Amino acid sequence: MEDLERLLREHPFSKGLREDILKRIVSCARNVRFNEGEYIFREGEEADYFYLIRYGRVAIEIGVPGRPPITIQTLHDGDILGFSWLIPPYHWIFDARALELTRALALDGNCLRKKCEEDHELGYEFLKRFSYIMYKRLQATRLQLLDVYGSPKGR
Amino acid sequence: MGHPLIPAILSVGQIRRETGDVVTLTLEGYGRPFRFRPGQFNMLYLPGAGEVPISISGDPGKMDRVVHTVRMVGSVTGLIGRLKKGDPIGVRGPFGNPWPVDEARGDDILLVAGGVGLAPLRPVVYDVLSRRKDFGRFLLLYGARTPDDLLYKRELHRWRGRFDMYVDVTVDSASSTWKGNVGVVTALIERARFDPYHTTAMVCGPEVMMRFTVRALMEAGLKEEKIFLSMERNMKCAIGLCGHCQFGPYFVCKDGPVFRYDTVKELIWRKEV
Repeated sequence: MEDLERLLREHPFSKGLREDILKRIVSCARNVRFNEGEYIFREGEEADYFYLIRYGRVAIEIGVPGRPPITIQTLHDGDILGFSWLIPPYHWIFDARALELTRALALDGNCLRKKCEEDHELGYEFLKRFSYIMYKRLQATRLQLLDVYGSPKGR
Repeated sequence: MGHPLIPAILSVGQIRRETGDVVTLTLEGYGRPFRFRPGQFNMLYLPGAGEVPISISGDPGKMDRVVHTVRMVGSVTGLIGRLKKGDPIGVRGPFGNPWPVDEARGDDILLVAGGVGLAPLRPVVYDVLSRRKDFGRFLLLYGARTPDDLLYKRELHRWRGRFDMYVDVTVDSASSTWKGNVGVVTALIERARFDPYHTTAMVCGPEVMMRFTVRALMEAGLKEEKIFLSMERNMKCAIGLCGHCQFGPYFVCKDGPVFRYDTVKELIWRKEV
């Protein structure tokens, strides 16, 4: 548990997180590793966890019938993988696949949701952190959608 | 440089197809050493077709050739892209304000390129690598549409293999066979290691990408006066006479194309300019 607490504290997600909150959530965490090519989760499966990536790289993919899956984003050390544990009906909407050996902390969504309901201060802290990450990802997605590198008309 | 309005006639030497719509042409026969500074551009002229401003993408240390990377997006660039070895082409230049490579000595150098925006930054890479010890960390962050749209793939591999240069590449979308990053180029800034108080950033790409990049650089701690952008406008005369490339109080051909961010920040956020 001490090790988990240290790993949790070291992850950028926990930066500035109050010590008592950190201690409360550590019981929802466990250490996980995924080998290169291994799927961490698949679209449609129940979103039981989210992941704090400590080391490695993960591709977020979407399946397209008759074509190889399309990678829409890659995540790295220090990134957070997965929002679906927070939003009903708690199902993954993409696939996540380790591009190389990946080590992460898996945080149990059921456990965290329960704690957030019981302790609104903890819940608000989580919501603030996740809102910021969602905001950053939304900005990035908008920029990707603009297709700024596409062919302009010119001379 | 001879008369700025009279093109020298060169001939096409080596032709390299970079992507489906981008070629790099090595032009020969300038007749004397071709001197330019990274970030400058030439006007390329095809009789009967027209003239276009194209940044110089070659090595400033190799003065026996003129190198341009051209994206075929219009009638003139389309014809330039179809030229064959030995074909003649008119060249006026070099013109414009260069990247501040000399002024950045002692700093970390951070290059952020998007799409064909890597072409005007490639001379900076050659220049910095030719006097590597003059600078701190050297980083190149490059974003493109797909893996097939990446320019200079062999050089990217080579630069990435060096121990004195950091190269990170991302694309907007890719199939699952791509082993690299997928995401916006600004995400690479968060992962790159540089000293924000002693870094000069040089940014080139589509204007929207540059605006997002400036935001990310400033969030990372860079000051406005340490961020430089290469602007693109409709340049015609290239010597600040015709006014086609007017950008607020500036002419991009003469006062740019490289601008310090704080001198143009009021303009690049304004839709009418």
